Amino acid sequence: MFSLEHITDFIQQWLYATFNPTMALILECVIVMLLVIGLFAVLGLVLVLMERKVAARMQIRLGPNRVGPKGMLQTAADTLKLMMKEGLTPDGADKFLFNLAPFIVMIAAMLIMAPIAFAKGFQIWDINIGVLYVSAVSSVSVIGILMAGWASNNKYSLLGAMRSGAQIVSYELSAGLSIISIVVLSGSLQVSDIIASQQTGWWLFRGHIPAIIAFVIFIIAVTAETNRAPFDLAEAESELTAGFHTEYSGMKFALFFLAEYINIFIVCAIGATLFLGGWMPLHIGHWEGFNQIMDYIPSSLWFLGKTFFLIFLIMWFRWTFPRLRVDQLLSLEWKYLLPISMFNLLLITLIAIMGWHF
Amino acid sequence: MYRETQIIESAKTTSPNGGPDAVDDGALVINVGPQHPATHGVLHLVITLQGETIQKIEPHLGYIHRSIEKMCESLSYRQFIYVTSRMDYLSAHINNHGCALCVEKGLQLEVPPRAQVIRVLMDELTRIASHELWWGAMAMDLGAFTPFFYAFRERETINDIMEETCGARLTMNYMVPGGVMYDIHPNFQKRVKDFIQLFTNKIDEYDDLVTGNIIFQNRTQGVGVLTAADAISYGCTGPVARGSGVACDIRKLYPYEVYNKVAFDEIIETAGDSYARYLVRIKELKQSVRIVEQLIDNIPEGDFQAKTKAVLKLPKGEFYSRVETARGEFGVYIVSEGGTTPYRIKFRSPGFSNLSALDHISRGCKIGDLMAIMGTLDLVIPDIDR
Repeated sequence: MFSLEHITDFIQQWLYATFNPTMALILECVIVMLLVIGLFAVLGLVLVLMERKVAARMQIRLGPNRVGPKGMLQTAADTLKLMMKEGLTPDGADKFLFNLAPFIVMIAAMLIMAPIAFAKGFQIWDINIGVLYVSAVSSVSVIGILMAGWASNNKYSLLGAMRSGAQIVSYELSAGLSIISIVVLSGSLQVSDIIASQQTGWWLFRGHIPAIIAFVIFIIAVTAETNRAPFDLAEAESELTAGFHTEYSGMKFALFFLAEYINIFIVCAIGATLFLGGWMPLHIGHWEGFNQIMDYIPSSLWFLGKTFFLIFLIMWFRWTFPRLRVDQLLSLEWKYLLPISMFNLLLITLIAIMGWHF
Repeated sequence: MYRETQIIESAKTTSPNGGPDAVDDGALVINVGPQHPATHGVLHLVITLQGETIQKIEPHLGYIHRSIEKMCESLSYRQFIYVTSRMDYLSAHINNHGCALCVEKGLQLEVPPRAQVIRVLMDELTRIASHELWWGAMAMDLGAFTPFFYAFRERETINDIMEETCGARLTMNYMVPGGVMYDIHPNFQKRVKDFIQLFTNKIDEYDDLVTGNIIFQNRTQGVGVLTAADAISYGCTGPVARGSGVACDIRKLYPYEVYNKVAFDEIIETAGDSYARYLVRIKELKQSVRIVEQLIDNIPEGDFQAKTKAVLKLPKGEFYSRVETARGEFGVYIVSEGGTTPYRIKFRSPGFSNLSALDHISRGCKIGDLMAIMGTLDLVIPDIDR
């Protein structure tokens, strides 16, 4: 059957057959880099449009519908506008850090992309500590946010950045514990192994109720980690105007904006990989006919479908819930989510040791 | 004129005995407004923060002062009513109503029954529209965007009804001394009935979306507690005072027009927090619907305006009238020297008194709470500044 795996294998073989190993590696890197940048551009455009359309649908409006067919080119036009706008640097700002911050946020988002398997055999770097790498690199973006808030020389930005710091550091614990529970179940940190372990069924269904709890906590925690409503305290527009990126304009603002959406995509991709089987098709027990039909759907579509379902979920939260207060946000994590996820991890370990999962 | 440096210095003064005015040196002073998404107008709040905790709030007014009271002194008794639409623009009808009542009191003019009913109907529709906008904006302040659009969906219907009868959607200028300017549009009754039918179900939808939401309840319960004694001493009126257990509904205490003939309840909550103020307004929506339901089929026949002279002259003396706007008690005080224009006019706007309680009830709260408090105070800045 046609698969992306064949294409990637073919390209790799051709490169290594034609050039010497060093040259081939460099060429591979260049191709991957171009692909990642292309993916970023497309993802940014698609997700921003999707958010606006989802919001419009929920708010009984039409959303963008003028530029291009059904408003599809609206985000492209917006990007063009942002590129042409002047990138202001406020007086009294720390110019170096102010200009560096958006890039750090962006680069952190780019780096997490590496171990994600987009389809069967379509993965940039199948590192053996893949999941650990993801949790480690995703914490780097908070440095960029703190830097932006501090360097802007604006009190709103500073408050937003401090909130964001407290929030991301807290919620990483819950997200991490949820990730660990899947690591315990599958027995590996490597992304490809975790996906392979879900061949007979997704962990969400196989791990009984504790896996579902872990999934719910994961979704809550990553919503907070990506600074999305109802946890968007870092940029709470009714309190802090725009939080840490109040002073940013033009392309520097666009980088923050893009990084937010890329981060959503990445955390949803990780959620889909860990809990919903990544690119694995949906298989139900011994329904051979059903399973075969499911196998005919390309693996990339499975992956994107699951990811976009989770993205839709997170967008749904944003347009439904009010925002939490900063102390409520932290007490939710430290008083409820963290103890629950710790206990849940114990349960999952028990399930894994006793082999009770399906 | 305050300058930025003076504001910051004034905020840093420490009271000698370390009372509630004491401000630490580590305090952060931020200016919320005059251009800020949460102030819904040009309100300027100078907030002294300790971390995220509010130590002190100084509201600075005057950014939208148009000296309406002074302007009114050079306008005739027919003309000055139109200016008052621009004060609390969400209660434009009710402002006009208060002024018309005061002039009628001076002229000792009897308003025809038809005009009285139409006025009350318009007042209650305005109240629904105003509370709708407040509900949407309040939810938006707390970070939920979608309710704003839902609120506007229904509010537009009221605006359409107003447009048909009054010719305007926001500043209607429909009430004139002696009655209303025109008779109601032939479609009016049918459209209002359609709206009431549609709207009754929507209130439950609002409860599902916002009132029952656990995050919303956590954000508003126990926040910005205003005791009954404080509510009275700050002169708070309307839903703000009724949320603290003070019975102050002018429609009940000093009934005007046909309010003593319709059955409706004065909503009183005793908790005094933001959630109580929220509940008062949500329940008032239902009461307004009740009043409209009772009156819409019982508009008596007859004149819509009493016969008046072309130029109105109030006798020498002082006249006061009060009405219940969507925000509280709106008072009009006219001093007449017997001429065609008022000698002095003073408006008692509910927003100003309600704003004065802001500093008291938000000390010790977080910045996030400030939005919940300001949302339930339902401030309209042109009403405060005039």
